[in-house]
Amino acid sequence: MFRIVNKRELNSMVTLLEIEAPFVAKKAQAGQFIIFRVDEFSERVPLTIADYDREKGTVTIIFQKVGLSTKLLAAKEIGDSIQDFVGPLGVATEYDGMKKVAVVGGGVGCAIAYPQAKALHELGVEVDVIAGFRNKDIVILEDEMRAVATNYYLMTDDGTQGEKGFVTDKLKSLIEAGNNYDAVIAIGPIPMMKFVSLTTKPFGIKTIVSLNPIMIDGTGMCGGCRVTVGGKIKFACVDGPDFDGHEVDFDELMNRNSIYKAREAELTETHICRMDKLANELIK
Amino acid sequence: MANMSLEKIKMPEQAPDVRNKNFEEVALGYTAEMAVEEAQRCLSCKHKPCVSGCPVNVRIPEFIAEVAKGDFMAAYKVITSTNALPAVCGRVCPQESQCESKCVRGIKGEAVAIGRLERFVADWYMKNCDEMPEKPASNGKKVAVIGSGPSSLACAGDLAKQGYEVTMFEAFHKAGGVLVYGIPEFRLPKGIVQKEIDKLSALGVNIMTNMVIGKVLSIDEIIEDMGFDAVFVGTGAGLPSFMGIPGEALVGVYSANEYLTRINLMKAYLSEYDTPIRNSKAVAVVGGGNVAMDAARCAKRMGAEHVYIVYRRSEKEMPARLEEIHHAKEEGIEFHLLRNPVKILDNGNGQVCGIECLKMELGEPDASGRRSPVPVEGSNYVIDVDTVVMSIGTSPNPLIRSTTKGLETNRKGCLVVNEETNQTTREGVYAGGDAVTGAATVILAMGAGKKAATAIDEYLKQK
Repeated sequence: MFRIVNKRELNSMVTLLEIEAPFVAKKAQAGQFIIFRVDEFSERVPLTIADYDREKGTVTIIFQKVGLSTKLLAAKEIGDSIQDFVGPLGVATEYDGMKKVAVVGGGVGCAIAYPQAKALHELGVEVDVIAGFRNKDIVILEDEMRAVATNYYLMTDDGTQGEKGFVTDKLKSLIEAGNNYDAVIAIGPIPMMKFVSLTTKPFGIKTIVSLNPIMIDGTGMCGGCRVTVGGKIKFACVDGPDFDGHEVDFDELMNRNSIYKAREAELTETHICRMDKLANELIK
Repeated sequence: MANMSLEKIKMPEQAPDVRNKNFEEVALGYTAEMAVEEAQRCLSCKHKPCVSGCPVNVRIPEFIAEVAKGDFMAAYKVITSTNALPAVCGRVCPQESQCESKCVRGIKGEAVAIGRLERFVADWYMKNCDEMPEKPASNGKKVAVIGSGPSSLACAGDLAKQGYEVTMFEAFHKAGGVLVYGIPEFRLPKGIVQKEIDKLSALGVNIMTNMVIGKVLSIDEIIEDMGFDAVFVGTGAGLPSFMGIPGEALVGVYSANEYLTRINLMKAYLSEYDTPIRNSKAVAVVGGGNVAMDAARCAKRMGAEHVYIVYRRSEKEMPARLEEIHHAKEEGIEFHLLRNPVKILDNGNGQVCGIECLKMELGEPDASGRRSPVPVEGSNYVIDVDTVVMSIGTSPNPLIRSTTKGLETNRKGCLVVNEETNQTTREGVYAGGDAVTGAATVILAMGAGKKAATAIDEYLKQK
């Protein structure tokens, strides 16, 4: 069993849990993920690691309540335990040769963009963070991001906080203003990652996306997380979760992630529709 | 006087049209009377050909003689002196190509039902006098066993009995490996596997689930930082293969591993579990092995109206056990033989709506000695299905070999071991089961685990 030692509601939909998992904490690196299972009857669900404390032996996860399992997890309180917590899985993000990087986070994706920004900052890399949210009520991790970012740009769809517009607008203007990014790391909803990749492609900027397909074991055994990257089948659990955004077949991934959609909340659905709108605008 | 009946005593079974709607065990097992009567068919041959057909050399005529006398306890002791998992082996061993294939009674008529008798004895013991073993005094030496499938269970059990402090690392949340995620409940009840695991715990084996070795710990850390004196790698062959045909990324295409894991380990067939699985009406399972039969029979039990086996050779070449093919047919699985999928069709919404196959003919024998299938040009046709399960084989997981220095593998990714000792190319690190052989049988894996346990014991005694 894995005990919850800290809990914070970051907004009405997003929860932070700090969980005692000394073996995982000892090895975790930015970009890797864990799989949790709340109790004997629950699904196994992958979540990217948001933070870790090797001395305390804890791992922090930040997640949105979108389905049954995440709702069950969010209902746990400090002192409660969950059945299973396995990791660190996947390959850690590679930062070789990066001097200046734009980290783009969308919604709850900021939870995973944050450890990337932090790791880069600690390596002495110049980090511009672009964080996007629907509105001011769901902004998360602003203080944490500001602490590690050289520049922090907050975007909201409705302009209720920060600048009005999408992360891709900001990214494009920063690139056009002459910022020479060695890489862009984009983490958020699939459509966001797709359009960040489309935005950077004409500029030839290396773009890393972190994929979160459906999976069971996280060790390469089920093949459920297979994604097409550069025309080849890859298993996100062992070959990823980071991939070259210019090579990923995002539409296929979106389709594959829809398999158990009927069981999930409509929330994600409305979000995807909104991103479709963004898509159309970008293509124009 | 031996019972000279040419046929085995029939195994009582659930009726096909009943069992294909539930997950309870298909074969119900012999009664004591049936077992005694079947045991009397054994001629107690002096040269014991059957024993040579058993990968763990169970002293078959000896245990059968005890069954014939009605001394089931004595029979159990004979079996378990060389086989730690008789309830498992009695159910899933391919006896027809092992012990029973050597049986003299098989020359004219059917072989003695060695497997059924083994199962009877194991079940009898479990029901009547199942006591937990006691933890032996520790010899102070620590062995790490990676994986918890058949080879690891056998290795851990043998070492624990000799006083080694064994820690078993399992990546999943439950121990048992392929016995719990792969083989379905109706062929191997999970309660039986759990009992074997409980016995290991009683022997003092420390079972750590949720530990993906190669990620959370490396083999070097296990040896150097955690002070283990030897390591056994029994991580199986879990990496699923796909065909590389168009449409394999559509919603509704599973690997057999994923499909079976959702059903067996994650209990998608029980309503109290949250595990999602596709609600399929028609399923094509591609492949002809035991795993394909398991997947097809699971699909039927999950409520699919039509379940097809699509296999590129003929029934004769199928690697599945005859009994499994027979059971599958009885349960209404439809066989499309000499058919090879070329494409999985999209319903327009990214979901499977059919599988396009090509008819095949048998040509010359290939390297495996089986006649290789040759496509018949222009013979394409479509089977309407909403789900496809790919069951065309697996290969060993690269996690350990890619994170451990000095472990040699062959070109298929299997660990290279010394055949006498099962030691890998690294001192103190042993391996066995599918991780070494590629996908094979439970009993071969068990045999390898036992062999490694003996070698580890010798190595650590000298150390």
